[in-house]
Amino acid sequence: MSKQPILEIKNLHAGVENKKILKGFSLTINAGEVHALMGLNGSGKSTLAAILAGRDGYEVTEGTVTYLGKDLLELDPEERAREGVFLAFQYPVEIPGVNSTYFLKAALNEIRKHHGLQELDAIEFLALVKDKIKLLDLNEDLLKRSVNEGFSGGEKKRAEIFQMAVLEPKLAILDETDSGLDIDALKIVSSGVNKLRRPDSCQLVITHYQRLLNHIIPDFVHVMADGRIVKSGGKELALELEANGYEAILKQ
Amino acid sequence: MTLKANIGTESLVKIFSQSEAASLQPRWLAPVRKAGIASFAALGFPKLSDEDWRFTNVSSIAQLPFTLATQVAVNGAESKLIAESVFDKLPGHRLVFVNGFFCAKLSNIKPVSGGVRIENLSATLANDSALIEKHLGKYAHTANNTFASLNQAFFTDGAFIFVPKGVEVAEPVQLIYISSAKQIGETILPRNLIIAEANSKLTVVESYLSTGNVAYFTNAVTEIFAGDNANVEHVKLQDEATDAYHIATIAGEFGRASNVSVHSIALGAKISRNNIRTNLAGEGLECILNGLYLTKDEQLADHHMIVEHAQPHCASHEYFNGILDDKSKGVFHGRILVREIAQKTDAKQTNKNLLLSDDATADTKPQLEIYADDVKCTHGATIGQLNAESIFYLRSRGMSLDTAKQMLIHAFAGEIIERIKCEPAREVIDKLVWDRLEAHPHLLGK
Ligand SMILES: Nc1ncnc2c1ncn2[C@@H]1O[C@H](COP(=O)(O)OP(=O)(O)OP(=O)(O)O)[C@@H](O)[C@H]1O
Ligand SMILES: [Mg+2]
Repeated sequence: MSKQPILEIKNLHAGVENKKILKGFSLTINAGEVHALMGLNGSGKSTLAAILAGRDGYEVTEGTVTYLGKDLLELDPEERAREGVFLAFQYPVEIPGVNSTYFLKAALNEIRKHHGLQELDAIEFLALVKDKIKLLDLNEDLLKRSVNEGFSGGEKKRAEIFQMAVLEPKLAILDETDSGLDIDALKIVSSGVNKLRRPDSCQLVITHYQRLLNHIIPDFVHVMADGRIVKSGGKELALELEANGYEAILKQ
Repeated sequence: MTLKANIGTESLVKIFSQSEAASLQPRWLAPVRKAGIASFAALGFPKLSDEDWRFTNVSSIAQLPFTLATQVAVNGAESKLIAESVFDKLPGHRLVFVNGFFCAKLSNIKPVSGGVRIENLSATLANDSALIEKHLGKYAHTANNTFASLNQAFFTDGAFIFVPKGVEVAEPVQLIYISSAKQIGETILPRNLIIAEANSKLTVVESYLSTGNVAYFTNAVTEIFAGDNANVEHVKLQDEATDAYHIATIAGEFGRASNVSVHSIALGAKISRNNIRTNLAGEGLECILNGLYLTKDEQLADHHMIVEHAQPHCASHEYFNGILDDKSKGVFHGRILVREIAQKTDAKQTNKNLLLSDDATADTKPQLEIYADDVKCTHGATIGQLNAESIFYLRSRGMSLDTAKQMLIHAFAGEIIERIKCEPAREVIDKLVWDRLEAHPHLLGK
């Protein structure tokens, strides 16, 4: 069976106002694959994630993004989400007054509706939650609170992955999910992410640390600098980076 | 304009002199009413130059062709209004007033025990007015309050609620004021007196509704006395006709270690103003003033608070959220007065305004007058749009733009509604606010 591309980014140039951030970024991710994206601070990783998720305020000047055969950039953020794009935010926003459970049930039902599935009622949803909660060893009390409100840094990250577990995306983009996690949490979260791997979905894991990639084993590692990928390789590239730093790689 | 405003004052004074002898009332009340009209005549309608009315222009009220609303035979419209309102579902006692007059037919006062009295004020005035004499006008002062003065001169009827020491009234007492005014300038003057003695517990839900839309004028006063350790929750919903004017004074004196919440939800009226005056007269009490205003078109909703910390160790927390659309305007003015002996005062004010249109405006003004040295007073105010980050976050999880906005707006309103402790009251208010938000086209991006 030939590889089925989920995401194809070709020569993407994008930025804000007068600042170019992405400068010819290309990447193809196939079903079943996990890609790690590494790179210096400010190289454009979060910008890429934001553009893929559909955040306002970026101007794409060149290039294409194809998601499951569709022009991704044409879709509203909610349409992307319903089609299976999920971004675990680097800095998840706190939304006081919107209950976590209510929010997540609404999100799941939007996605289900979009696929012509019946919406889950409160009882069915709760059963699903109970199941997924185990996967991430999440403190159940968090779900009774407002979305991310007062969550610790680590709790926020864990909650993002919990949402991912419930929403079962086809393309999951994890933006520095490891930062802010203690060692134990890192293991739990990565094992959760691993369990969410499916042959028909893919993951793009943005990280600064090799440490995460000991747990989430990527099929490919890409190094980003100044708005594009400057080097790609297997998981050993991350080790090389860890050992020699960016400088050495960028010089090559 | 000044001239016209004076005409309004003069015409009301004239109406008073002509109507004086009319009502059935105890002897002591006549001079009280007279003092009311004298104070009103001296003060006149407020002007923008009055510091307390800087943001709210009431010249359109001053220029109304005033007539006193009269008692009318209720027809199906009033009962239909109640039946179709969310309040129909609210359990408990119900007193209904139409145009400021008690309507026994629509009311339902359940049997009470332990000396609790839930009555209409005018009946109590006629039969057994000693308690009223002791309390009436003692909390809603006429000084500096034109509208309380006017009410004191003319008030028709309202609720008289008395809860003796140590008694709890389990179910909420619901007061419904319906305007059936048909003419511009019809003036409705309800007056409530709520006395909750030491260690008692009471919830009152006051709502102002109407069967028709005309520029009538409601000028209400509610006085609340809460004894030591009493637990009182007062919920006021203002949902007057969109052309109407609504001014209310809620004034209270609270005793040691009492716990009093005053909630104000303002949805209707062209101009509405709540003057909330609380005297924290006992040590260690806790008082919450909690309000939500939703305005659209050219509505104006104003909340003006004076919280007097007269004793040490009291906490007063004011939380007011406004959701303002179109060309409407929200006003928050909170004065905190901390007397010299009121050490360890903890006074907090928060006013948040959500502007749904570029033309909506919000004015917020804290005013601190502190004579004690060991106090904590904070004020925070925000005026802004829905948070774009939050909208994006919700959309990135599959919610449509409209749903995302609705969720955030509901959450913003919910912060206030959540503080209503009486669950059935909270539920009906939540439903009402939500229905109203959903019915509002801007919210849905249409
Ligand atoms: N809205 C914006 N306005 C101005 N500059 C921006 C904006 N968004 C991103 N940038 C700039 O673009 C560059 C790339 O930012 P981005 O957040 O994508 O980097 P990153 O690779 O995720 O960095 P980090 O590893 O620190 O998370 C940075 O220099 C950043 O300051
Ligand atoms: Mg980043």
